[in-house]
Amino acid sequence: MLTKRIIPCLDIKDGRTVKGINFVNIRDAGDPVELGASYALQGADELVFLDIAATNENRKTFVNLVKKIAARINIPFTVGGGISSIEDVAPLLEAGADKVSINSAAVKSPTLIDQLAKAFGSQFVVLAIDARKIHNQWTVHTHGGSKPSDKKLFSWAREGAERGAGEILFTSMDHDGTKQGFAIDPLGKLNELLQIPVIASGGAGNRQHFLEAFLLGKADAALAASLFHFGELPIPELKLYLKNSGVPIRI
Amino acid sequence: MIAVIKYNAGNIRSVAFALERLGIDFTITDTHEEIQRADKVIFPGVGEASSTMAYLRDRKLDKVIKELKQPVLGICLGMQLMCAYSEENNTACLGIFEESVKLFKPEHKEKVPHMGWNSLALTKNWLDPGVDDGYVYFVHSYYVPVNPYTAAITEYVLPFSSALKKDNFYAVQFHPEKSATIGEKVLLSFLNKS
Repeated sequence: MLTKRIIPCLDIKDGRTVKGINFVNIRDAGDPVELGASYALQGADELVFLDIAATNENRKTFVNLVKKIAARINIPFTVGGGISSIEDVAPLLEAGADKVSINSAAVKSPTLIDQLAKAFGSQFVVLAIDARKIHNQWTVHTHGGSKPSDKKLFSWAREGAERGAGEILFTSMDHDGTKQGFAIDPLGKLNELLQIPVIASGGAGNRQHFLEAFLLGKADAALAASLFHFGELPIPELKLYLKNSGVPIRI
Repeated sequence: MIAVIKYNAGNIRSVAFALERLGIDFTITDTHEEIQRADKVIFPGVGEASSTMAYLRDRKLDKVIKELKQPVLGICLGMQLMCAYSEENNTACLGIFEESVKLFKPEHKEKVPHMGWNSLALTKNWLDPGVDDGYVYFVHSYYVPVNPYTAAITEYVLPFSSALKKDNFYAVQFHPEKSATIGEKVLLSFLNKS
């Protein structure tokens, strides 16, 4: 049976992981390769590496890092951050990334999704959508959530899928950082609406939140960062809990 | 020496990294002679069937692959191209296995592609018994139906062939190069063949 995926997300700046990371048994928790390998060993199903300070100058550093990750890690991983063209993507895929996530650039020019899907295949293209509820409308934001756009979550997700995105990574900005649980209602609606997998992001605070995202939100995967990085919820414990609660999970 | 067939497949680098992690010597090549001479051959694959077959025919690699006598491992699209025909853009393939490759037709709103970790049920003994019931990583929209050469079955929409074996030809629908320790066992199952 196809299992639900648990995905730790690592934020990268200048080739190092950011956010305080509090792990035992890792030689260098600031090293994304070490940290990623440790997550893979603990049973993470996929990894996401986001270049949060992406600029043209440090693009090379990130590509080199992707090569090191690909050489070391034996599970699939997605890279993203600052991708705005096919020219940005090709070196990342060549370096060994399995998927790329695009966000602001796709909102600005949606045909980027078509171009990437055509050039590399839909399975390479993750459309990341950051949205927040404004006047009862889920409004898409860009530039790390700082700029509201004219796009609405559900129509944009559907458009992205039609243009060839292989997955939707939906972050509720209203829930992100609150640790009060994922945005269940919009997740369920996205699942109804789309034929492609949906990754839930934003709001994970405990293991029950993941259970809700899968059972009520019907998410195909769930992503979290600090909850894992700070060791608050070890992945083996989370996966065992989900499995015992009847969720299909790879142990 | 292990030869990894070099062509326009998307996962060659990932396969190469997986072999490096296992400490295996290999060469990535599209030279007929080098492929024919290799002890074992890996035929990776991520992409679309018709353009890939056209690419292989153009370089006469189709004939080379079909006639290999040493152990050959097809991965993902590589496995599908080893079959007779694919519904993906009505493509005539290599015909090593007689089966036709079909598009998943969801019955209960299952999403296509089949993407993520799913389990193996072994039906033939070419794979390490340690991988039976283990989870491996899949990304595909087309599948090979269960047939006399099926070596492992996975269920998604319906039971389909997640591994095949016929004579010296081995094939897996999933990505052993991305399937953690179970994937490594699968690669070693093949690499240990004589």
